[in-house]
Amino acid sequence: MTATCTLTDCGAAPDVEYSMDDYAGPVARWCPGCGDHSVLSAAQRLLATHQMAPEKTVFVSGIGCSSRFPHYLRTYGFHGIHGRALPISTGVKLARPDLDVFAVMGDGDCCSIGAAHWIHAVRYNVNMVALLLDNNIYGLTKKQTSPTTPQGFPSNTQPRGSILPPMNPLSVTLGVTNASFVAQTADWAPQHLYATLDAAYRHRGFAFVRILQRCPIWTASLFRDAVQDPAKVEVLVHEKGIHDATTEAIHTNHLDHDPSDLNAARALAEEGGMRLGLFFHDPTNACYDETRRVPGYTPEDRIAILKRELDRHAV
Amino acid sequence: MTTPTSAPVAAGVLAPESTQVLHVREHCVEVVSDSGEGAQKCGQSFGAVSAKMGNGVWTVEIIPAEIQPPARTPASASGVRIRLGTQAITNWGDHAELVVAFNEQVLLSRHRQEALADDAVILIESMWAEHDNDSIRAAWNAAMEELSARNYRIILVPMEERCLTVVDDPRRGKNMFVFGLLAAIYGRDTERCKAQIAYAFRKKKPEIYERNAELFDLGCAWARENLPFRVEVATEPYTDDMVVMNGNTALGMSAIAAGMDLCSMYPITPATSVSHYLSEVFEDAGGIVHQAEDEIAAVGVAIGASFAGKVAFTVTSGPGLALKTEFLGLAAMTEVPLVVVDVQRGGPSTGLPTKVEQSDLLAVLYGQPGDAPKVVIAPSTIEECFHVLITARRIAEAFRCVVYVLTDANLATGVQPFPRPKPDSNWMAGPPDQDPVPEGARPYDWDDRTGLSRRFIPGQAGGMYTLTGLVHDEDSKVRYATGVNQRGCDMRSRKIAVLQSTLQPPKTHGESHGDVLVVGWGSTRGTIEEAVDRLVSEGHAVSSANLTFLSPLEPGLKDLFARFRSVMTVEVNFSDEKDAPYITDENRRRGQLCTLLRAQTLVDIDCWTRVPGQPLRPADVADAIRANVRSVTADANGDPS
Repeated sequence: MTATCTLTDCGAAPDVEYSMDDYAGPVARWCPGCGDHSVLSAAQRLLATHQMAPEKTVFVSGIGCSSRFPHYLRTYGFHGIHGRALPISTGVKLARPDLDVFAVMGDGDCCSIGAAHWIHAVRYNVNMVALLLDNNIYGLTKKQTSPTTPQGFPSNTQPRGSILPPMNPLSVTLGVTNASFVAQTADWAPQHLYATLDAAYRHRGFAFVRILQRCPIWTASLFRDAVQDPAKVEVLVHEKGIHDATTEAIHTNHLDHDPSDLNAARALAEEGGMRLGLFFHDPTNACYDETRRVPGYTPEDRIAILKRELDRHAV
Repeated sequence: MTTPTSAPVAAGVLAPESTQVLHVREHCVEVVSDSGEGAQKCGQSFGAVSAKMGNGVWTVEIIPAEIQPPARTPASASGVRIRLGTQAITNWGDHAELVVAFNEQVLLSRHRQEALADDAVILIESMWAEHDNDSIRAAWNAAMEELSARNYRIILVPMEERCLTVVDDPRRGKNMFVFGLLAAIYGRDTERCKAQIAYAFRKKKPEIYERNAELFDLGCAWARENLPFRVEVATEPYTDDMVVMNGNTALGMSAIAAGMDLCSMYPITPATSVSHYLSEVFEDAGGIVHQAEDEIAAVGVAIGASFAGKVAFTVTSGPGLALKTEFLGLAAMTEVPLVVVDVQRGGPSTGLPTKVEQSDLLAVLYGQPGDAPKVVIAPSTIEECFHVLITARRIAEAFRCVVYVLTDANLATGVQPFPRPKPDSNWMAGPPDQDPVPEGARPYDWDDRTGLSRRFIPGQAGGMYTLTGLVHDEDSKVRYATGVNQRGCDMRSRKIAVLQSTLQPPKTHGESHGDVLVVGWGSTRGTIEEAVDRLVSEGHAVSSANLTFLSPLEPGLKDLFARFRSVMTVEVNFSDEKDAPYITDENRRRGQLCTLLRAQTLVDIDCWTRVPGQPLRPADVADAIRANVRSVTADANGDPS
């Protein structure tokens, strides 16, 4: 997502320098050890790096643990309803292309109740960053199976194990026409997480980032192997991809993948596994908020149009 | 086939010199065809020209449920009723006095719905009577037999035969031939008609206009040579500049006039044509129509835009309204200004997609779980449709609330002339406030008396807050402490009372006291007032009142109701009949406005409601009021009722 500046303060030099603390809201009340804390820190760092004006930045969320996100930042926030972060953020961006817009969703939000919006948000390709904080479980409502819960993993609604094979958010996103940025990162790889958010923010279009996120209460076992054994994680590397030296040093399994190759991206995503990196990137796709942008008007312009219309309907 | 009492009259039997001219103050004509044959385009063009010539006009579309239902079936009937008058016409009237039918099956549909006057004149395509196909001839004969129960005067018109001289496929062309017939019968100005045809085919190649104009001339000529009657509905030239359009077009213009930039919608009948109109012109005026992936997203996008400072609106109908429920609760809870247009149709569920009903009032008022106060406005004329979004947007912003605009299928497709509005830049929203918020200002700094507070808009430095649908305090912080929810509810509710304090009591149509007061809302206004006028002319002490605001209700209702011996509502929604099995005064489910007014005023208000899938007729409403008058006067005289 690139900040487009059309309405106000174009080119105005900031007269203050924002530090990470300037974006900090109240102390986050997620559980200790929750992966959401890591994402919040990365977001604050991103805001500071790009010196985004707090008043011109909007974080939109749905409902769930991760959707508390906007409350813990000092930007404008919209803590919406379950599954609907994307329509709200689309509306914000359509009305105000000058604002930087982020949508924060959980796996229930994005992949279950809000799945229709997810598919269509990818199609619209509105300039914004969408973060899927995927802990493979419904946390806030206390351990119900989500669309990404691994098959066989027990929950309070499916105590004998999740019945269905999990949905693959990457392959779903890559399957939608007009996908333009699809990446995966993990809360326990903070450098890679930051580098991914940075690439997503710089992308022109709808940047979809799935963040593998630990839930220490309900799904502590799910990512344990990957966290404890760096060899279990594979990092996608390419000159056009996301590059982070620390991550690449820790995780020595590298896979060369050209993110401009959609078919290769789809194949990689379909294989599953614990892969971090940029799966697909095409900054040339049309962005709905740009395609639909119409010139501004003065009240006099509008009155002229109305008069024309009334003439057409004159008796 | 037995000979109908009114045998079909062969074309040209009566010589033109014996032409009778019927001079009337008003006349009601219907054009019906198979779906796809263009009767609507014909009827709407005729209605528009009549309005432009100075007639009062009201048109109602007759719409089949399917796009291409089987041809030559009653279910295929598609068309328009046009009621013309010397003075303003406010409703579709009782019965059609002239009908032009493209085949006998669509005519049967209207006959069976009792849409036609007993002595209606019917002009019908002649080709079916002598058709090569035995079953078609048999169907024709059976239809004529059925129609013979009435005193219709049926005149055969060789539509197909004449049209074939100009076009190869008369299914695309008969409608303009019929427009020609009507123009000759009613003495419509040819130049205006041609201009209207050019407008109707403005998106097509010029040859298409030429051919249709030729068909129109053919129709005129045939009528002049063959039809033994003319109808003259005197026109009284308008003193004001007038415009003519349907309610959905008026709503579209209203959005432009209100300074809105975004119509976020999902297709749903009968609301969609608002967005059709806007899609054509909105971008010229700096706005867009966003067709969302579903009804929920449509309102979500509108709420996002409004939060960001550009008040948006969404337009929907009953099933869509149901889907938007959760988002509308969020907007109420977070005080995001929003305008929701609900073009009501029959329900529940998919119901009657193309037909009028006023059944969403209580759903709108009470649809959200929890307490979600809101403003509800119901325009009652096409002119009010033009102005309503200007008012709605202002209220939404000033009161930080959701404003619902309830229209219905009757207003959506009804066409009526009204004085040309004079657009004013004061009607429009200004650009979003981007000034820094004052030090110490809070995002919900509710005024204790009024509940009003100033809205912060992204871009305003120092105003950063997180809007939330959770219970929140003045700082928009989530708080569950005792008293926080009570206070938020108080403040959001108080605003509605404050708005009421700015409203005027409703004016009565007729005397401000009497035996019976009829209360209505929305598109039934014209019908109710016409029915009341008929009763007044019979000597009854009857008046009516139309409520434009349904939340808050207009003030002074108890005083108004006290000046009448009986109060009743007339509505197009369901109520139990008083004398139906099991129905008692205690369990009777009443009309929606009736229920609301009884609860708010403690007056024992009665109702007469119907859900016929078509607008109410003045004659039926007059009968209902007459029955009420009888019972009131009987009570007063101590007669056993």
